Amino acid sequence: MAMRPIKLMGHERSLTQVKYNREGDLLFSVAKDNAASIWFSSNGERLGTLEGHQGVIWSIDVDPETNLCATGGGDLAIKLWKVETGQCVFTWESPSPVRRVAFSSDGKRLLAIADQVMGHIGTISVYDLKTNESDFNNQDIKPSLIIETDQNNSKSNVANFTQDGKFIISGLDNGYVNKYDSNTGELIQSIQAHGIHTEEKNISITDIQFAPEDKSYFITSSKDKTATLIDVESFEILKVYKADAPMNTAAITPVKDFVILGGGQEARNVTTTAESQGKFEARFYHKIFEEEIGRVKGHFGPLNTVAVHPNGAGYASGGEDGFIRVHEFEKSYFDFLFDAERSEKAAASGNI
Amino acid sequence: MLPEEEEYLQLEKEIKLDDIDFSDLEEKYNFEITLDNYILVDGAPIAPESKVPILIKVLKKLFSSVGEIDENGEIKDGIYMPLENGKSKGYLFIQYKSNESAELAVKKLNGKKLDQNHRLLVNKLSDIENLPEDKEFNEPEIEPFKSVGYLNDWLVDSQGRDQIVLHFNENVGVYWNKKSNEPEPVIEPRKGFTSKYSKFSPKGTYLFSIHPQGVQSWGGKDFKSIKRFFHNQVRLIDFSPNENYMVTLSPIPITLPDSIHERQQFPFGKESEGHKLVIWDMNNGEPVRTFALPPHLEHQKEMPWPLVKWSFDDKYCARQGPDALAIYETPSFNLLDKKLVKIDGIQDFEWAPSSVPLQNSKQIEHVLSYWTPESSNQTARVALMSVPSKEILRTVNLFQVSDCKMHWQDQSKLLCVKVDRHTKSGKTIFSNLEFFKTTEKDIPVEKIELKDVVVNFAFEPNSDKFITISRLDDGNPNPAIPKNTITFWAKETKGNKTNGKYKAYKEIENKHSNTIVWSPKGKYVIIATVSRSSGELEFFDFLFDDEILSKNKNLPANVKLLRTEKFSGMTNLSWDPSGRFLACWSSSWLHLIENGYKIYEFTGNLLRDDSIDQFKEFIWRPRPESLLSNSDKKKVRSNLKEYSAQFEEIDVMEADAAVKEAILARRKQLEDWRKYRSKFHEINKAKNDEAIEETIEEIKEEIIEEKEEIVE
Repeated sequence: MAMRPIKLMGHERSLTQVKYNREGDLLFSVAKDNAASIWFSSNGERLGTLEGHQGVIWSIDVDPETNLCATGGGDLAIKLWKVETGQCVFTWESPSPVRRVAFSSDGKRLLAIADQVMGHIGTISVYDLKTNESDFNNQDIKPSLIIETDQNNSKSNVANFTQDGKFIISGLDNGYVNKYDSNTGELIQSIQAHGIHTEEKNISITDIQFAPEDKSYFITSSKDKTATLIDVESFEILKVYKADAPMNTAAITPVKDFVILGGGQEARNVTTTAESQGKFEARFYHKIFEEEIGRVKGHFGPLNTVAVHPNGAGYASGGEDGFIRVHEFEKSYFDFLFDAERSEKAAASGNI
Repeated sequence: MLPEEEEYLQLEKEIKLDDIDFSDLEEKYNFEITLDNYILVDGAPIAPESKVPILIKVLKKLFSSVGEIDENGEIKDGIYMPLENGKSKGYLFIQYKSNESAELAVKKLNGKKLDQNHRLLVNKLSDIENLPEDKEFNEPEIEPFKSVGYLNDWLVDSQGRDQIVLHFNENVGVYWNKKSNEPEPVIEPRKGFTSKYSKFSPKGTYLFSIHPQGVQSWGGKDFKSIKRFFHNQVRLIDFSPNENYMVTLSPIPITLPDSIHERQQFPFGKESEGHKLVIWDMNNGEPVRTFALPPHLEHQKEMPWPLVKWSFDDKYCARQGPDALAIYETPSFNLLDKKLVKIDGIQDFEWAPSSVPLQNSKQIEHVLSYWTPESSNQTARVALMSVPSKEILRTVNLFQVSDCKMHWQDQSKLLCVKVDRHTKSGKTIFSNLEFFKTTEKDIPVEKIELKDVVVNFAFEPNSDKFITISRLDDGNPNPAIPKNTITFWAKETKGNKTNGKYKAYKEIENKHSNTIVWSPKGKYVIIATVSRSSGELEFFDFLFDDEILSKNKNLPANVKLLRTEKFSGMTNLSWDPSGRFLACWSSSWLHLIENGYKIYEFTGNLLRDDSIDQFKEFIWRPRPESLLSNSDKKKVRSNLKEYSAQFEEIDVMEADAAVKEAILARRKQLEDWRKYRSKFHEINKAKNDEAIEETIEEIKEEIIEEKEEIVE
């Protein structure tokens, strides 16, 4: 899977999240510096930066229409930006650092995770948005719902709305995944997804991304060196992908039945481990067969975030090294089929 | 029916002949007849009453020749010829004085031709006593139809595998070829399956075993017994190309069994007595024609075989006799035009293997070629004869000929006659190759003159290319010196046109090679050294696709040696019907060194090496021609990737049990996943199109070159 990446060198510090808009023409990125960037995904040109945060930006998301973009940072701020102009149109204050922001599928709600630090109990706040352009800067200050995510002294790290917006799925520090009613905040289902497949002590969930086709299932990545695939409705673990390093991010590819995992030994451990390679590679697994099928090298540090182009033509990864690498898949990627898939395809084309 | 008749019949039913006591009469007349002296002659002319005395006179003279007729016996004048409506009935009775005379009459005069239309059938009257005693007519029992299943069952194997026969020790087993893996038995190997060898019919429908009593055919899915062909001590068997007929040869002449009962079971009649060669109808299992061995072949140790050669469509068959060719028509097996074809000194003949595409002919053309040697007043000759017209299409006169071998190209577009000629002194031999171009007007002949003597020649299947193995006849017979030359021939091309002349595209000298085995699909060919001390296989590609070929697409040949493999003790080699695999074996029939077989890929890659004690023979089951049309085949070729996918998976699974498990697990996972996803498809369908996506045009820029220019 040889790919020729475009290297985006706009951030001064480690990447924290990258995200495509719905059409995939724009790539949004945030890092531990205080400016978010928007890029043309096809050529790597920077459209602009979103400046206003006072420190680390942990998370970014963009609404389905690419009208609004939200960021959340360590400066206790959730900011709403107008994509077209790069203006910050609204800022909410958070009681603690914001670990994750995410729009609902209809773009009418925004969730934000406030970290369980500084004496604050971890929460997911849901804001109802005014999406008329004239009201962009006239948002309600108060969230419509606050979910306390404290569970056995653990906290929520990542969260996202389900397709229909009824539920919020959240990944916790203790390896559990919770499903909340997004209107009442009621905990509906909970499953331990991590800490059960390996002996790792750190079992924190680091990322949740939904299936591109219909969000009916999602992938979780964890420091326990695994990723899992979970069905939204039944809340059962469908697949487990085992890696050889802590995983910071995971994504599901459209077109091909693959998943991409990213991670690596944390910087502070790299020099002390014998495997000084660090395993800073994007790992490709077959989504259905759970088998690793390839790796893509390039970063000098752990991968913190990956995002797949919505049309399945490529992906972007953001690393601890401060770089974003935008990859386009080559023909061999699309041609690759397991034996069972080949015979399935042959059967479908009516040749058997 | 008249009332009287009816009455009579009724009476006859009531009175039983057995119930009447004749003993008094028998005693009175001392009625005791011995039938040993009488013969019954059938097949005589039916003559009007006036001519009967003359006929009797003629017959009396004939039958007196074997013994004295008893003119004073029970029959008046010794001959009784019944009459009916003023005519004789075509049969008569004769009384001899002795039993021996009657026996002799049967032996000598049975089958005697009285004239063109009348053949006499002579039997002893006492044979009547041997006839079954059943008074009532018993309808012969028709054996219930015994199905052996679908005869082409092996062709519908889902994996398209080929079957093989392995003959080792006393066992014969039919297996599926599993390439590098242990062959999978189709049936349990059968001990004592055959007393000599086993053989498939040309299209693979039947498998035959040889037994002292005759030949047995087997077939269907489980190789059940199909038919038996009784031919005592049968040695050699052969088949017509379309499996309609079988030819068997035994060194033991056919003799009729003594008892009448056994004769009834015996497949041959009196006319076959003393014959050794039998043609059988494969469909009903009955002999259709038997022949005595031509006198010049009696007592010969090595029998030329086949003795009966068939036209490609089973329509004709021919046998060669001294100075004549006997051509028979099927299914009557009568001589064509009721005559032999006189050909003085005929040495050998070959049928064209298909209809010959003669110019200006649109019909099916049966052609055979033959050659005759030099005689005092005539040159040696090779001729092409059309059948049934017997018209000679072309002859070529040749001088100083030692031997000729005729090689038909399999589409019958060419006949190559390898002519071994001697120098005037007669000391050294060299070869000419004479090519009859049957598709062209008047059948022109192209000649290639060589200094070498050609020891082996083979056309590529469905092509005009060929390979020769030759050596210089320099009078040094030392077999240790490798002096064979392999030559690859093809028609020379200039641009994309051929001038029709053959050119040697590659020569490899100083070889021991002696065997050419073309892949049945062409292109690939094995040049082998089959010898006791060493054995070697060279895998060649005659149209190797490389830079040279890609530069000149019209190049007819580009020879590349793909691989050389050693196999000491190899006695035989044979391609599978598809041309993918080559089987080589060392047979204990020839020696006992390293018996066993090997299977190679067409590229020379060794797949399987199996040493088996007392290994005798490896036989690929032949396949009939494909039923696919050319357009079907084209379709397969263009979608080869998809077709091959399913087989590749099977191949990988076969190769390794662990892999197999993994693949099966993946199949299950895939199936489960599809099932899981299928429930969403309905939901998604309904939801679709809610979101309207914007189409974004993306413009990619690439910097081709950067230049710095200093502007003054």
